[in-house]
Amino acid sequence: MKYADEFRDPALAKSLVAAITELADTLAANMPRPLQVMEVCGGHTHTIFRYGLKDLLPPSIEFVHGPGCPVCVLPMGRVDDCVAIAEHPQVIMTTFGDAMRVPGSKKSLLQAKADGADVRTVYSPLDALKLAQKHPDKEVVFFGLGFETTMPSTALTVLQAEATGVRNFSLFCNHITIIPTVKAILDSPDLQIDGFLGPGHVSMVIGTRPYDFIAQRYGKPLVVAGFEPLDILQSLWMVLRQMHEGRCEVENQYRRIVPIEGNSPALDAITRVFELREFFEWRGLGSIDHSGIRMREAYSGFDAERRFSVPNLKIADPKSCQCGEVLKGVIKPQQCKVFGTLCTPETPLGALMVSSEGACAAYHQYSRIAFVKRDAAAAVS
Amino acid sequence: MAHGGGGRAMRDLIERLIVPAFGNPLLAPLEDQARIDLRGLAEIGDRLAFTTDSYVVAPLFFPGGDIGTLAICGTVNDLAMSGAVPLFLSCGLIIEEGLPTADLERVLASMSAQARQCGVSVVTGDTKVVNRGAADKMFINTAGIGVIAAGMDISAKRARPGDAIIVNGTLGDHGVAILVARNELDLHTDLASDCQPLHGLVQAMLAACPDIHCLRDATRGGLATVLNEFALSSKVGMRLHERALPTKPEVRGACEMLGLDVLYMANEGKLVAIVPRADADAVLAAMRAHPAGADAAIVGEVLAEAAGHVILDTLFGGERVVDMLVGEQLPRIC
Repeated sequence: MKYADEFRDPALAKSLVAAITELADTLAANMPRPLQVMEVCGGHTHTIFRYGLKDLLPPSIEFVHGPGCPVCVLPMGRVDDCVAIAEHPQVIMTTFGDAMRVPGSKKSLLQAKADGADVRTVYSPLDALKLAQKHPDKEVVFFGLGFETTMPSTALTVLQAEATGVRNFSLFCNHITIIPTVKAILDSPDLQIDGFLGPGHVSMVIGTRPYDFIAQRYGKPLVVAGFEPLDILQSLWMVLRQMHEGRCEVENQYRRIVPIEGNSPALDAITRVFELREFFEWRGLGSIDHSGIRMREAYSGFDAERRFSVPNLKIADPKSCQCGEVLKGVIKPQQCKVFGTLCTPETPLGALMVSSEGACAAYHQYSRIAFVKRDAAAAVS
Repeated sequence: MAHGGGGRAMRDLIERLIVPAFGNPLLAPLEDQARIDLRGLAEIGDRLAFTTDSYVVAPLFFPGGDIGTLAICGTVNDLAMSGAVPLFLSCGLIIEEGLPTADLERVLASMSAQARQCGVSVVTGDTKVVNRGAADKMFINTAGIGVIAAGMDISAKRARPGDAIIVNGTLGDHGVAILVARNELDLHTDLASDCQPLHGLVQAMLAACPDIHCLRDATRGGLATVLNEFALSSKVGMRLHERALPTKPEVRGACEMLGLDVLYMANEGKLVAIVPRADADAVLAAMRAHPAGADAAIVGEVLAEAAGHVILDTLFGGERVVDMLVGEQLPRIC
């Protein structure tokens, strides 16, 4: 497959892994623990596990799986609000596929659908707008979520709804922005992260400059990375090379997609429609200042939160969850008290077990492979 | 269509459309049951295979087939996976009021053609028309009877370490063809469903190796689900090689774009066979010589360790566990 197979070449991977191993072994020799590199984005986590990249890397380097899975970090209270809107008899609720299974305090959208709510999966908010045009007697609500990657398409859909005079379309806005959350992680006193792989698709919209403070103020190298396995390996090598050469910069590995200045029409659309909330609740991380996005007053007519009354209750994360410590690299997923026992992919308690991109869900699978391998070793001996 | 209530209109429908479509001496008397002579069956083998499946696909018509071809092939294939010769089917139709008669005729015509091609007879049936909204256009249930030759023992419990895992062709064609046919994605391909009967292929495979250990058609849940079922039933592990998996570029492309995994995509004309290693090449050659197995490939092997697990060697040299799906496969957000 063109534009994919080139970035999955096992021979190239081998030479990258050799270079990474050499650098990581040298760097980690002077440290009491393995090097820790956080991949901020859930898409990266997905690639790391899908291609088994952990198997290829030496023990001197570890990935810390970051908070960049918008489905995982959605707090239960917001899911409850969404279910409440969806259960309104006039409403057709629309959303992306993997938002369907996120648990609320009582049910997920998938369960609400089974209970009779009209909930539909769409691939783009524009599909939701088309649905609104097709069903003028219904209220079509788009459950918008994601970082700057998905924000422009939502903003443009709202602008199009306004331009075409579609009045039965609204947005339940749960968009979030990653920078304040990365900053919150960097400010944490127990932080153990040596460098970052920056999110590729977010950067395609916002560019690479918003990360400058991470290198300049916090002294952590960051490389904006693509999503194919060779992208990840090359980016990792670039982070290590910076550390080895004593540099600390923001570099761009994903140049085929990410312009340094970002995408200005997309940014314009975002700025026209959205503004920052004072604070927003993240599952597993608590409330983070200026990390949530809401609709501007001028577009309040398209704001589902104003059109429908929602319970708007704050549901606390289960006390036993240690998602925050996992996200900061303080503990590994399997060191969490409830990992694999009370918290599993079938019955997730914590944010990181929710989506296949969540670190704990991915580890849950990975730990099974470790178990399988132990089995195999025992069979041989 | 307004033929509920079982009165004259229904009898008209059955006599005018349904009986002629399936016309055969066992169905023609329109008794409440088909009557099948046992002696003829006993000449073929010593056990009956009996199965049922319901078909609820949307849309009814898609590239490569329709609900009618699925309803015949699906049940024929379920019989064939025991090594049975499929012989007789039943046909239960549940029709939503308002379905255009032309659609019904089209489905019946393809069922009839498909049954003829498979060498099976539809010998009994039932038709219900339900209120609008009580069904989605049309549901079909078919049950089937076949006969298994003496000595044959194909079972999910029989996978043994060292056995080869073989599939008869490209994976995920049906799943992606249906996704595209739903027209919700603005995706366009020339891809057709792989819907096809497999009993002929199975007989050719059995001629090459009478001791095939396991056979199953990889319908909903795809290859991954079948192998997990085999691994659990046989208490063995399975290793798949991503490099060896036959896939069409357009299926890979669509899965890539939508964040779906081809290992879980549905097929309607693909089987998974677990075969003793010594016979694997002979079985593979026999499959490739058959039109339903032209792209057959050995995709992995059975392990003594890792009981109950399926492991994939990734293209990239790493490995991962291929688990059972928790629920339906949902597309990823970004």
